[in-house]
Order: sequence, then structure tokens, then C-alpha cells
Amino acid sequence: MKMTRSMVLVSSDPISIQLGAQEVFQALQEQIKAFGLEEEISLTMVGDVGRHDALPLVIVYPEAVIYGPVTPEKVPYLVEEHLYKGRIAEELVASVRELSGRIAWLHARKGTLPAEQRIVLRRAGIIDPTSIEDYILNDGYTALGKVLTSMTPQEVIEEIKKSGLRGRGGAGFPTGTKWGFVAREKSEKKYIICNADESEPGTFKDRLILEGDPHSMIEAMAIAGYAVGADEGYIYVRGEYLLAQERLKKAIQDAREMGFLGKNIFGTDFNFEIHIHAGAGAYICGEETALIESIEGKRGQPRSRPPYPTTHGLWGKPTVVNNVETLANIPPIINNGADWYRSFGTPSSPGTKVYTVLGNVNVTGLIEVPMGITLREVIAIYAKGMKNGSNFKLAQTGGSSGSIIPASLQDTPMDFDSYTKAGVSLGSGALLICDEDTCVVDLAKVLLNFFRVESCGKCNPCRIGTQRAWEMLDKISKGQASLSDLDKLAELSENLYMLSNCGLGQTAGTPLRDILNYFRAEVEAHIRLKVCPAGVCKMEELIPLS
Amino acid sequence: MPTIKSLDDLKRIREEALEKRKVKTASGQVQVIVGMGTCGIAAGARDAMKAILETIQNENLEGVIVTQTGCIGLCEKEPIVQVVVGDQPKVTYGKVSPEVARQIMQEHVKNGNVVKEYMIQV
Repeated sequence: MKMTRSMVLVSSDPISIQLGAQEVFQALQEQIKAFGLEEEISLTMVGDVGRHDALPLVIVYPEAVIYGPVTPEKVPYLVEEHLYKGRIAEELVASVRELSGRIAWLHARKGTLPAEQRIVLRRAGIIDPTSIEDYILNDGYTALGKVLTSMTPQEVIEEIKKSGLRGRGGAGFPTGTKWGFVAREKSEKKYIICNADESEPGTFKDRLILEGDPHSMIEAMAIAGYAVGADEGYIYVRGEYLLAQERLKKAIQDAREMGFLGKNIFGTDFNFEIHIHAGAGAYICGEETALIESIEGKRGQPRSRPPYPTTHGLWGKPTVVNNVETLANIPPIINNGADWYRSFGTPSSPGTKVYTVLGNVNVTGLIEVPMGITLREVIAIYAKGMKNGSNFKLAQTGGSSGSIIPASLQDTPMDFDSYTKAGVSLGSGALLICDEDTCVVDLAKVLLNFFRVESCGKCNPCRIGTQRAWEMLDKISKGQASLSDLDKLAELSENLYMLSNCGLGQTAGTPLRDILNYFRAEVEAHIRLKVCPAGVCKMEELIPLS
Repeated sequence: MPTIKSLDDLKRIREEALEKRKVKTASGQVQVIVGMGTCGIAAGARDAMKAILETIQNENLEGVIVTQTGCIGLCEKEPIVQVVVGDQPKVTYGKVSPEVARQIMQEHVKNGNVVKEYMIQV
């Protein structure tokens, strides 16, 4: 992808095509050429953009103006006004009828760059993480103070429910509902666990949140404790995150000295204590029940569910398990209110999401953007295009347990519901962007190798299934497989999903399913022609029988 | 450290810290902030930090505070060093090697001239 100053998208769902999207596209092409702008402006036909009242639509970035219905006759005016002179051609802008989801969000930010929206990361990189004074200076512990002195636990849970916050660990379960489950349990002891065992390859958002803003975790856990009636919390930090552990320890110590942890916090009768528990490098311990087993000192293996941790969690007591990013959202919601939080993102997935962008792109790093942004926007705007001008082939979301997103889905809004509808999953927030030099068989092989090693071995489908899947992929990558192996692979992926005990096995089949769905031709080329189209897999010479 | 017993305590401490900070900026104090998240450290932030501290010691610079911070999201440009002189806006430098750090300390912190070639947009 080249660096361009504007990006023009033409909708091309079946109705748009019928209404002349193809002609509009051609007219745009000619006009852009006539003005000599072809170097500065990229023009693309995209799929369904989620709005059907003014087709065909033309969307111009970075202003995110939606024009429609556009006819070829209107194109010269549009190009001259907007792309050449840089003014928005008001009379062609699609009228606002029904705004929903992503379109509402696009509309809301009209005329501005889709800027990063920092809620979770608002303090990271600005404050000194080892100084509690810096945290207090930047509104630290005000949310905890507000909750303890002026809100009842029910009000806190209601506020979180109203905000629509959903778990950021990957599954997207509504946080307020989870807290509600634990709050209604009658038990003399309850626990809050912060899941900081961020072991998805390629995800490092939690690490940077913990390193940059450790006090926010303490504040959020104390709020959660107050809301559900717990007085003890555990932060389960990945063993490799030494710096994060060090800073958390310092933060907990400082907070205890200043009275934000311990007994009678803010002069009320609320007590809260936090312990740090370091993991030992097992991927499976990111799964909540395996994590609980690990804290209890047992071998890290998932429990059978139900009962869920909300009723039988740590030491059999009701337990809230929340991801770091989820918790980091709590203090701002309490401080600014649920309505404020709902003004970001899409109606079904409000708020922002932190992504770690990596792979064949020009700029890698950490971004926090509203829910509902598309992959195309992430690549073009934040990652500044593909490396060496190569073409986007696929993205892998959420580390190894996420989905493989083909280029055809790069205009799907990235929120929980849109992705579920498209048959893929958002995962925990790693965006591995791959160009055409990536072979899907090789990629799946790497992923399955990971699962095969990390499977805890408790249930057969996962322990044996991941091994067999890896062997089959290995065979395909060496050009020794037959077409019937693909059917077996599809069946295996299905069985992994249906029969595995926990999320590890259930998601292990996803890459298999995705490559067979979206890249079947490429996989078959390995078998029928014994070539790897991307030139990655080394086909082994078949030794002719003499 | 003071113990906080009520919301008013928190407000008071916040105000005091704010006041302290105001006095510092008014007196033209220089703040050098080094990005010390894992990404920064991996890219060599510790070396840059060392070079900065050495320069301060060798040159006997006074009124300079060196602090650390987490990742600001520009992992690509690490190590990142930010310089705030008094109440002037914050200047951000990217890809700061020990040599660049010394140059920044000499030209920006000591002489007050921004080192334009290593500045980055945030």
C-alpha cells in the first residue's frame, strides 16, 4: 500500500452494483486521472458498508464524509470540490436517515481525523508509573473515593451495566452482568482476580498498561471489590513480565501506605487487600479456571464448567475474573458516567479497544481507537501502510486464538457483534498484519505447533487433535498430502471446537477452518500442484522409486 | 507518606502536589522524561538514561529532573525522550541513542535550542 493523502471507497454490495457502482468507480478513476491526482489518492471498491438507503455510496477519508447516492454525472463535481479543492461537497452528502453502529460513528467524527481515543491509555506515557503522587495529580483514586463515599454497590454495578462495557480479554462478556452474578451470591468471602497473564503471542497491551499505569489496576480492583462485596484481590501476572511485577509491587506498597488499600479505606468500613501472583509461563493459565487452579497451587488445568467462577471460583468462593484492559476502563466510567462512555464506539460495543499492531506494516506499536474501526483504517492511518508497498493479504486478530481475517473482510467494523456476524472473532487485541509473502499453510502450522505444545493434556480432543492437525499441515506444507486430508482437517477443526473442554482447544481449530474457508485454493495448490504460491513452504523432493 | 481518610484528604493532597509542580515550572525547571516501558528498554532506553545522567553529572547541570514513564504507543520510535523546559510545551524526541541524548542535553537542556532533526510528532 502506498502512502496517500486521501482514501476513496465505493460501496459494491449487490444493490450498489445494480444501481451503478461500477460506473461511478470508473468515472472516479477517470476524473482523478484528469486532475492528475492518481499518485495522491487511493481508490478502492469495498463490500457492504452497512447502509442501504443511499446507494451507491462513496466514502472519502480522512474526513470520513459519506456521499450518496452518487451517479457518474455527479462524479466530476465531487472530485473537483472535495479531492482537488479540498472542500466537502455538501449537496452530495448522504442525508441522515437512520444512523446506527459504524455509520453513526463515522458520522460523528465527520470532518475530523479518526483520532486515537485514549481512555485506557490516558495516563500511560505521561505519568511516572513509580510515583503515586503523579497518579493522584492525574485524577487518580477519585473514582474510588466517589464510589466509597457516594454510591451503593448496586449503583456501581448498574452504572457499569449501563455503560455496556464488555470484557476485553477476547470473549466480550458484559462486565456489569458478571459483577451482578457475583454480587448476588451469598458468601462471607469473595475474590477479585485481575487476569494479567497475557500469553497470546503478539499481544502486549496489558503489559504496557501495567507498566505505564499500575495504580489504575489497584483502583479498579478496589471498586470491583466494593461493588460485589469482596475484600481480597489477586493480580495474576505473567511470569515474564518482571518490570510490570516490580512496578505493581511498588504501587501496591505506596497505595497501602497512603490508605487506598488496607482497612477502612477513605474512612469507610470497606477493606481491601491485593496480592500479586506470578505465573510460570504456561499459555493455558490465561484461561480463567486454569488461572484459579494455578493460584490455588495446583497444576494449571482448566476446570469443567459449569459451575462458573462467578459461583465457584477461587477456593470455591464466588470470584470475578477480569482482564487488565477491562479493569482499566472502570475508573473513567465511574468518573465520567455511563453516557459519556457510550459516546465512543458502536452501540453494541461501546468504548475503545487497545490494539497492538505488528507484522508487515510501516509503523508498529500500541493504539487505542474506538470500537468499530475497520482493519483498512488501522492499516492506512495508524500503521501508515504496508511495508515496501506490498499488498495486504490477511490479518490475524488476537494472538493465536483469534481468527484469520482475509482481505475481503477488512471493511468489517471491528467490534464484537460485527465480527461474530462475519464468522470471525476479535480476540484479545493483537493485529498481526501479513502481506502476500505469507503462506497460509505455514501460518496455520506455526499456530498449531504452538497449540500442540501448550495444550495442557487434560482432555483428549485437544491433546490429540492439535497434534494430528499439526501433522496434517506439516504433510500439506511438504506437498505430500492428498485432497481427502483436507476433509479430515475440516472435520478435525469441527471436533476440536465441539468437544474440547476449554477455550484453548475450541479456538485451536479456528485457523484451520479459516484457511479452508478463505484460502482453499492456496491450500489445494500445495496438494494438487505441489507448489507453495507464496514461496514459503519447501516442498520435499519425492524420491522416485527405482 | 500521608494517610488518606476521606475524599477531602485526597483533594488536599492533589492540590498540594499541583502547587508544588507549579512552583517548579515557574522557576524554569527542566524535566527530562524517558520512556521506560518494555519497548523502550528493549530499544535502549537504559543507555539513553545513563547518558543523560552522566551529562548532568559531568556538566554539573542544576534544576534538571529526570523521570521515567511508560509506553506512549509509539513503540516504533523508541527510545523516546521528552523535554519540558519551564512552562514551555513538551518536546518529544524519537530514536534517542546515547549520542543523541548527549546532544539533546547539550543543545536543548543547556543552551535552550530544540534539536529539530530528532523531534517527532505525537
